Amino acid sequence: MAAMVSIRVNGVEMSVAADVSVAAALLNAGHTMFRRSVTGAARGPVCGMGTCFECRVTIDGEPGRRSCLEPVREGMRVTIDA
Amino acid sequence: MTSRPDAIIVGAGIVGAACAYYLSRGGLRVTVFDEGFAGGGTTAAGMGHIVVMDDSEAQFALTSWSQRLLDDLLPAMPRAAEYERCGTLWVAEDDEQLDAARGKRTYYRDRGVETELLDARQLGEAEPQLRPGLAGGLRVPADGVVYPPAVTRWLLDQAIHLGATVREGVAVEGVAPRAVLTGAGRLEADCIINAAGAGAPRLTPGLPIVPRKGHLVITDRAPGFSRHQVIELGYLRSAHTMSAASVAFNVQPRITGQLLVGSSRELVGWDASLNRDVLGRMLERACSFMPGLAALPALRTWTGFRPATPDKLPLIGAWPSVDGLWIAAGHEGLGITTALGTGSMLTDLILGRPPAIDPAPYAADRVMAEAH
Amino acid sequence: MAVIGGGPAGIAAAAVAAGLGRSVVLLDASPRPGGQIWRHRDRGTLPVGARDWLGRLEASDATVLSGANVVDVAPGFRLGADVQGRAVTVAAGAVVLATGAQELFLPFPGWTLPGVVGVGGAQALLKAGMDVRGKRVAIAGTGPLLLPVAAALARAGADLRMVAEQAPPREVRRFAASLWRTPARLVQAALYRSAFATVRYRWGTWVKRVSERDGALLVTWTTGRSTWAEPADLLCTAAGLVPCTELARLLGCELSGEAVVVDHEQQTSVPGLYAAGEPTGNTGMEAALIEGAIAGFAAAGQGAGARALWPSRARHRDFSRRASEAFRLRPELRARAEPDTIVCRCEDVTLASIAPGWSVREAKLATRAGMGSCQGRVCGPALRHLLGTSADTVRVPVVPTPLGVLAGLTAQRDDSRGAS
Repeated sequence: MAAMVSIRVNGVEMSVAADVSVAAALLNAGHTMFRRSVTGAARGPVCGMGTCFECRVTIDGEPGRRSCLEPVREGMRVTIDA
Repeated sequence: MTSRPDAIIVGAGIVGAACAYYLSRGGLRVTVFDEGFAGGGTTAAGMGHIVVMDDSEAQFALTSWSQRLLDDLLPAMPRAAEYERCGTLWVAEDDEQLDAARGKRTYYRDRGVETELLDARQLGEAEPQLRPGLAGGLRVPADGVVYPPAVTRWLLDQAIHLGATVREGVAVEGVAPRAVLTGAGRLEADCIINAAGAGAPRLTPGLPIVPRKGHLVITDRAPGFSRHQVIELGYLRSAHTMSAASVAFNVQPRITGQLLVGSSRELVGWDASLNRDVLGRMLERACSFMPGLAALPALRTWTGFRPATPDKLPLIGAWPSVDGLWIAAGHEGLGITTALGTGSMLTDLILGRPPAIDPAPYAADRVMAEAH
Repeated sequence: MAVIGGGPAGIAAAAVAAGLGRSVVLLDASPRPGGQIWRHRDRGTLPVGARDWLGRLEASDATVLSGANVVDVAPGFRLGADVQGRAVTVAAGAVVLATGAQELFLPFPGWTLPGVVGVGGAQALLKAGMDVRGKRVAIAGTGPLLLPVAAALARAGADLRMVAEQAPPREVRRFAASLWRTPARLVQAALYRSAFATVRYRWGTWVKRVSERDGALLVTWTTGRSTWAEPADLLCTAAGLVPCTELARLLGCELSGEAVVVDHEQQTSVPGLYAAGEPTGNTGMEAALIEGAIAGFAAAGQGAGARALWPSRARHRDFSRRASEAFRLRPELRARAEPDTIVCRCEDVTLASIAPGWSVREAKLATRAGMGSCQGRVCGPALRHLLGTSADTVRVPVVPTPLGVLAGLTAQRDDSRGAS
């Protein structure tokens, strides 16, 4: 079993593998929608490599982070749109 | 070519579009030419700030009258015009600038423009992202912002509805007495209006207009970051220095939640390339006033050319040395604000009606007269 | 010498030039070198060839800057990079663009639904730890990339339901028959296929639309003649790859179609500026390694070393050409978008709102298409394919960059040194 870290997603604490991206951790936790588009539609990751900007979430208070490019870190707080 | 119009307008920027709108309303048959597409030049490069200025009586008269004309048209404009009455917040760094703000307040009050003088605490409340330690500011609540390409398109659409023709992608190569020469042939009309902005002297040699380059940066969405168009009072110094490159703090919230960050002024001819030194100084100045800007992602930078005149006033009126030629150009950084006043005034002059404000300060041949 | 991009082409260029004694800086946006193809969490999982090249790069004197987004290149090859929030400038005598490719996404009804990802996108997410065990997965795309992605998803425990290649069976068969010229590729393809041997692998099949039903995706498939719908949890779909040419366009390189034009030495139309791998339209990892090495030799002034690799490059170009002919996009893919289909995902601009005759700048000013966070990376190529819209000019910053970093990169340019 790989090492685990603890992150909070919209206030809910979860234990995730330490070597995954934030996008992978969110998908694995059952979140397919990461953000609302400018007209309110649900969106999730597409390109997986930082090109499309669809997987943007707020990480530790900083909005607009591309979750596919961010490795998870112990204690990280992630906010996704409701 | 199509049948003979009454008026030909060269340039479909916001000034040319406003001329087309008022001339069409005045009953003239108008044809507008643009070498690119409508609103795609300086109009698209600008900020879209609607601001009443106090730097001269003539500038005040034209800006405040234009704002009244805009207020009348706003109910008919589409959402795409993105009008927002966000107000202008002039920021004073020190007591000397705060004194200048007091002077502005008196000036505006005497002319019926509502303002509020803010002390340091009130300034911080009005714009929490401003750095602490600033002296205060002056709020002008009636100022606003628009999306200039959409306003331009709307004005042209209204003109088209009244019978005007808009020909985009057709360059006017020369202006003759009561005629223009285009790639598509020669077209005659009783009046020719040169509204080609910074490019106007190419068609009318002798026009005292030079391109004055500016840089702008737009950020990603950050809703609520800023509520007003926020400008340092030192901006006026930057705007009035015709010599070297100058920068000033000028931030505008767009309806999308994005922020437009400016501004810079340079006289370098038509070199549109990014001046990284100027851009860097401009951004550092912006971040020094609003430190939180530093963390916002910048999406794009661009440059544009303001049509600058020696005395800061636009050229509106007849150009006597060419029969039938009229000028509506040279608005520097105020073309978005003063386009409607310009179009309306020029229409009155062409139709022989008395304009709502005295046209003498803007007479296109005033500088010619000075030159002799 | 600066190398931009840390995939096979960039690694080869940097390792070769550094080996010839050049001072080399490799700037790579990812956390570690490897690019998309060699993206990894554990190097032990990589093929031997990949480990060899990564080892060569490490053993060389090349400086590697990871997490480095090149956001500006000023005249005289003065590079400005956002390196994890720090402004870093690099002054280079020569630059190798090894910026790779991205997927081409052509809009169709439902393409914006969560759960619809790219083909390479699925692979990238998988490599970053996405768990697909038991998930109903379908793949719809084109070209040689489909097989390794299908194999990887199957090995990762996905309930793979369908692998659809849009190219007609006749073309795919002709391409497969031509693989005898490169037996290694044939063996590789067979190995990949064996990993998902029980799964339907259909040629001449593509996705027409996707909708949402019962909390999952409902994928409407078509062969042109017959059309049917099947549920899926994850749909991996793209229309192949397009070169990433933002920096090349910023620097004014001549392009042919989507690809950067290069000479025998991989030099672009801008003297001192080289391009290698996907940006030149020569696709695949092997071609990238060879082109990267040629660029490394050439930029280091070792023409002989570069020339020795020309025959090998010619073989790969031949393969690229055959692949791009076989997997040419069928016109039906362009016809899928309906008037209310979103084409610009950042700004939610629909196809109907964009007039076919508009220039890209006109479309942008009138509709906001391309004005959003991705800076037109998704809708730009899509509109070029759908409406023939011209490519937009590239503006600084080439990647969205914090204002403070951009200020640091552009102010006081006189202070710029080598890697600082």
